[in-house]
Parts: sequence; C-alpha cells; structure tokens
Amino acid sequence: MSLVSFEGVTLELGGRTILSDVGFDIEPGEFVGLLGPNGAGKTTLLRAILGLVRPRAGRILVDGRDAARGQRAVGYMPQVRGSADLRWTGWDFVASAAGGHRWGLPRLDAAGKAEVAWALDTVGATALARRPLGELSGGERQRLLLSQALLGRPRLLLLDEPLISLDPAHQRGVVELVARLGRELGLGVLFSAHELNPLMGAIDRVLYVGRGRAVLGTVDAVITGPVLSRLYGSPIEVVRTGRRIFVMAGDTEVEGEAHRHDHHGHAEHHHAGL
Amino acid sequence: MLAYDFMRTAFVASGVVAILSGLVGYFLVLRNQTFAGHALAHVGFTGATGAILVGIAPLWGLVGFTLAAGLAMGALGEKLSARDVAIGMTLSLALGFGLLFLHFYTAFATQATALLFGNVLGVDREALWSLVTLSLLSLAVLAVVSRPLLFASLQPELAEARGVPVRLVSVAFLGIVAVAVSESSQIVGVLLVFTLMVGPAAAARNLSPRFGVGVALSAALALGEAWGGVTLAWFTDWPVSFWITALSATVYGFSFAPYGLGVLKARARRAGGGLSAAP
Repeated sequence: MSLVSFEGVTLELGGRTILSDVGFDIEPGEFVGLLGPNGAGKTTLLRAILGLVRPRAGRILVDGRDAARGQRAVGYMPQVRGSADLRWTGWDFVASAAGGHRWGLPRLDAAGKAEVAWALDTVGATALARRPLGELSGGERQRLLLSQALLGRPRLLLLDEPLISLDPAHQRGVVELVARLGRELGLGVLFSAHELNPLMGAIDRVLYVGRGRAVLGTVDAVITGPVLSRLYGSPIEVVRTGRRIFVMAGDTEVEGEAHRHDHHGHAEHHHAGL
Repeated sequence: MLAYDFMRTAFVASGVVAILSGLVGYFLVLRNQTFAGHALAHVGFTGATGAILVGIAPLWGLVGFTLAAGLAMGALGEKLSARDVAIGMTLSLALGFGLLFLHFYTAFATQATALLFGNVLGVDREALWSLVTLSLLSLAVLAVVSRPLLFASLQPELAEARGVPVRLVSVAFLGIVAVAVSESSQIVGVLLVFTLMVGPAAAARNLSPRFGVGVALSAALALGEAWGGVTLAWFTDWPVSFWITALSATVYGFSFAPYGLGVLKARARRAGGGLSAAP
C-alpha cells in the first residue's frame, strides 16, 4: 500500500486551480523532493495531504485512509513558524506540541516527557533544547522544529521549505539529517524546496509541480528540458555540470531566481521569531 | 488596616482579579494580542456607562459588552489584524458613546473617574461575589483550553494540522480576556487595564525562559502589585490605581536586569576570550 496516493486530484485555492486531475503514489520510506516554480502550489499540496485543503475532485489517501486533520501518521513542519518567544527554551517550545491537541492544562506526564526527550535525541538536539531559542542559529532551530514534527511517531514527514534562509553548509546539514531520519525510522519524506541541488544525492525521487500538473519520478526522468518546459509553460533548458543541475529559462536560472524572494501567498503571515 | 470591612473586601477583590489577570495576561502577551486587551477595555467603558444609565451594576455592562466584542474579535480572527484604522475608529466611537451615556447620567464626575481609573475601595459585597464567581468560571475555561491554546499560540499551522480547533480556541480565549478586562476595570479602571494584564506578564516573560515558571510568576507579580498598591494607598492616602501602575512599571523595568546582566557577562566572556587567545 502506498503511503500517499493522489487519485485524479483537483485542488483549488481562492478560485485558482493549483492541481488539475493529478495522480501519483509515494511509497513508504521514500525521500521525495517537492519542487516547482513560485506559486505553483507546493504548500497547498502539502496542506491537502494534511487535510487542511479539501480537493475539488478526486481522492487523497494517506496510509490507506482519506486525508483528514489530526492524522497521527503525518508529521508536519510548516513554513510559517509561528511567533515563538525567543526567550523560551527549546524544550518548552518542542514540548508545547506534545499532546497539544488535547484539552486541559499544558502539563506533560512521564510518557509525554519521554516522547519529547526521544524526539530531541533523535535529531541530536538534546543539548540545544536547554538554551533559549534566541541564542540558536537558524539551522539549530530547524532541528528543533524537525524534532517537533517527529512527535507522535509519524510514518510520513511533510517539510515545507526547511532550507529557506539557511546558508549552504546548514542546508546540507538539514538535508543529511532528514535523509538519516528517513532511513533509521523508515519514514516517507516529502521535502519542498526552491532549489534541487541541495537535495541531490539524498532524494529518491522528485515531485515537480507547475501549471496545474505534477510529475513524480527520478531526477534523471523528471529534470529534463521537455518535462520542465511543459510544467513551466515556456522553453526550459537543463544544464548539468558535474553533480550540479541548473534549470534555465533562456539565460536566467529559474530556481536560483526563485530562491531570492519568497512569496508563497503566505508572505503576509510571516511573523518575527522562528 | 484589615480591621475595616472595605479594606478586607479590597484585598480579596484585588487579589482575585490580579491572579486572573496575571494568568490570562501571560497568554495575551505570548499571543501578541495586548492590543485586544486595550480595545476591549474601551468597549467596556461604553457597556459600563450604559449599564449605569439603565440602572444596573456597571460590572454587568462591562462583562456584556467586552464579551460580545471579544467573541466577535475572535470570530473575525486575522481579518481584523490588518485593519487598525477601522478598529481605532470603532474604539473612539465606543468611548464617545460612553461619554454620551455619562452626560445623560447626572453624577458625571465620580462615576467617570471610577470607571476610567478604578475604585477598588468602593467594591461592595455583592460586587465581590460577582468578581469571585466570574474569576472561577474564567479560570475553569482557561484550564480546559490552555494546552491547545499554548500549542496554537506557538505553532498555529502545526496545531491546525494536528486537529486543534484553532478558531474555537481563539474565540474562547478572547472570551476569557473579556471577562478579565472587565474585572480589571473594576480595580484599576478601563484606562489602566494594561497595568494588571500586561505589566506582570511581560515582566514574567523577561524573568523566566520556562513556560510553567513564567505563568506562575506572572500571577504572583500581579498579586504582589495589587496588594502592594492597596497597602501603599492605605499608608499614603494616594489612589490605589496610582500605586499599582507605579509598582507594575517598576517591576517591568527591573525585569530587564537579568537580561542586561546576561549581555554584560557575555561581553565580558568575549573580551576575556579575546585576551587569552592573544599571543
């Protein structure tokens, strides 16, 4: 059974069609990079898997069940990071998500504390969690957010732009950490990014969205001139130099350009803080 | 000073209200919604003056109006946050109506002062019971929603994905804020609600990086400031509200001291490190 199945899915957001009659299957334990032009609907696709956006048509199955809010099988790291108080310790920040959907006082029992400790240890953030968030670097905070996504032991991780505003060394660190978690915990991972290159060597397949379509396949099969030209709706050339791949429209590198400004239809929600 | 009935009532009333304000205020500061507290107090003024005009206790006018406004704010949610001019106009209009209601009521000056700046020494038995009952109700609701509220405050998107009814939690919280604002207005007045609801919470956040400690500290500081204010007013014969604002501002000011010390220490460490690294 596939971990995530899209069957003839049409997604709309604010009257705009994001995906139109799209189908693909992500298998358990698979590391998939989610790429596409700005505004192509990467975040909307992730939110649909979470059950936060209902498909206009078709079916989305997660672990064999219809996508719905509050699925235990899915861990999520949103792009909008909330407005955490930077004076708080990492532990309190991560722990707020443990059982945070239940009513009552925000107190953790022994099992809850053990779960938080496990999640922090798994991403190697046990020592970090003792320090206030304000003292941590962007990469260190990403690790805390990642450990938060692991709470509840999901089988699928949805990571929305975890590399944004990180320098290349930290980007590499996050990708390697996610790849290791996927291997060790048998997690399927859907990892959205503006650029393919930081993910090269780590991902099994790539899901490329654009102009209402989505193509899932190996990098060699998907990152080609003809496929991307169809997704971008304009002539695209793919240039390979050694292990790096550049996606070019005319003389401009489209992915590199996209990385510099971040508008996802969510930009107005960006808070200070994390 | 405790030999007098009105002083005992003042201590109980200000204590109960301070604890509620300290606890609710911590979440208010955490959620960056302190402006909502301010706005609700303005609306409450209209409610209170309207209540006086029709001859019921001002507390019920306060609670009714702030609760309605709080629930509306929660229901509209983010749509409101971008409209500060519209909100400002609505609040001015609310205060204007409050003024009009007072104009129709003859005992203008004393009522206005009591509503704007509070009058804890004027709280009677009946009002005390109302305050205590409302506080207990609010605390009970807060206890039920506090866990998802904390989660949704820190990570709204993640909370939504995990199945937290974010909108419902937000509406319930603003309902609690409305009650806390109404109660604080009875102690320090609608203009000084900030001093009990935001001052102690902001100071507590400065003083502790832990959530549990911070919440407890916020309630304790609010209680200390309220009781300190009543006590100092007894000895000086100056207004209680003045003393509470003075204590609140002082505590808030000093709450930056540990952070400042931390910066100084870090600077010293860096300077020391630089020296030892030199050849």
